[in-house]
Amino acid sequence: MRVIERLRLDTISSTYISGGEILPVLDCISLTVKEGEFVTVIGPSGCGKSTILRIAAGLIKPDQGEVYKDGAIITGRPQLVGYMPQQALLFPWKTLKQNAALPLLASGTAKDKAYEKVEKMLPLFGLDGFANYYPNQLSGGMKQRAALLRTMMVDSNIMLLDEPFAALDALTRGKMQDWLMQIWEQFKRSVLFVTHSIDEAIYLSDRIYVISDRPGKNAIEQKIDLPRPRRIKVLATAEFANYKQLLYKALE
Amino acid sequence: MKKWGNTAKRLPAIILLAAIIIFLELVVRIAQVPGYILPPPSEIAAALIDNHALLLSHTGATLSAVVSGLALAIVLAVSLSLAMDRWRGLKEAIYPILVISQAIPIFALAPILLIWFGVGLLPKILIVTLVCFFPLAVNLVEGFGEVDPEAIDLMKTMKADNWMIIRSVKLPSAMPYFFSGLKIAATYSVLGAIIGEWLGARAGLGIYMLRATHSYRLSHLFAAIIVVIILSLLMFKMAELTGRVAMPWQKEKNNIMEG
Repeated sequence: MRVIERLRLDTISSTYISGGEILPVLDCISLTVKEGEFVTVIGPSGCGKSTILRIAAGLIKPDQGEVYKDGAIITGRPQLVGYMPQQALLFPWKTLKQNAALPLLASGTAKDKAYEKVEKMLPLFGLDGFANYYPNQLSGGMKQRAALLRTMMVDSNIMLLDEPFAALDALTRGKMQDWLMQIWEQFKRSVLFVTHSIDEAIYLSDRIYVISDRPGKNAIEQKIDLPRPRRIKVLATAEFANYKQLLYKALE
Repeated sequence: MKKWGNTAKRLPAIILLAAIIIFLELVVRIAQVPGYILPPPSEIAAALIDNHALLLSHTGATLSAVVSGLALAIVLAVSLSLAMDRWRGLKEAIYPILVISQAIPIFALAPILLIWFGVGLLPKILIVTLVCFFPLAVNLVEGFGEVDPEAIDLMKTMKADNWMIIRSVKLPSAMPYFFSGLKIAATYSVLGAIIGEWLGARAGLGIYMLRATHSYRLSHLFAAIIVVIILSLLMFKMAELTGRVAMPWQKEKNNIMEG
């Protein structure tokens, strides 16, 4: 059986106009995400990683190239995708439950049914008992988990996660990575993940695309053959160190 | 605990006000200033108490103009600012005119409204609407302009329709702007109604003040001024309170900061 291609970015180029000057952001980027695959885009800050996700979601129309979702061209047309922008972007005027239920309400689910569905997921996301809290009453890690819960509530087979853990301290970050691994192993959704942390990329991904500094270009594509389920121990293995060295070199 | 803290903070102002009242009382009595030039505070207080029934009925007339005018201004400001947010061209066309319109003195405009609509309640309502509309509309336009475009993109990836984006993102994020506009509008509203009544009315604090001045009963005039002040403060407090009830998430933030 053929493996289904959830997402394909084909020779995407994009520019950004600032003060009358045209700045190239992405230069001929191509990537694919297959069904159930965890793919990471890694690159230095400001290489246009976020733009890749926004183009993949159909929020931005690239100057050149096409975006395919489940085989159909969707370039520049906003799609139903689990998109998590860089700032968690929970709405401060909505409680955790109301925030997480937004995708369900947007797709026409009745309110009480949507809330019921969200409440059922709270324990898994470590948010049990916080349904009626406002975002500014939650800790940083809880906010990220709430935003991920909202992303999971989108009825789509692909998730686009933009540096979801960048704002967290190292300890919380490690815990969140472990937790995300478990969630992902359970639900097996296709993920396109963006980060600038090499460790995070290796630990989480099936495949990694390294993007060069602005304008972003495909540098290398690296398959990560570490056994799953992965747990924190894997960080200490020789294979992990090898991958790390390889990616460091590609980023230089 | 908190209540006491607030009183303590206001203590200097209360002491100063009391000192001014005692000083005026003494000056007027010692220098024997006649009541039609400057009535002593005690006489103003007496006028306030003796006339409370009449004052209350005039206050009712003013209040009905204030509340209806403000309500109309809110409806107009919300709809127009939403329309300006939806259609950029509309904003570019209307917004500058809106700002320029504020240079027209309301004192000049009010008599025209009275010529058109008579001395009844309607011209007062319209004057109140005119003064309240601007701070509300400007704040709302600014509020809608500050909506995070990323938030709207996020809603698009959920396939939310326009109405849902307005309801769950635009209106709530413009709400703090709306309520700071409302606080200004609420205090203007009383002033607007008084101006309208001053120029001609059958009832209201404005016409009461005019009659008191014409008959040299300054203690009655000052009594009416005190009622106007209380009314304005009440309107302001109401706006503030409504804001707090409508935006519970802001209160929660305060709780965390205090705790």
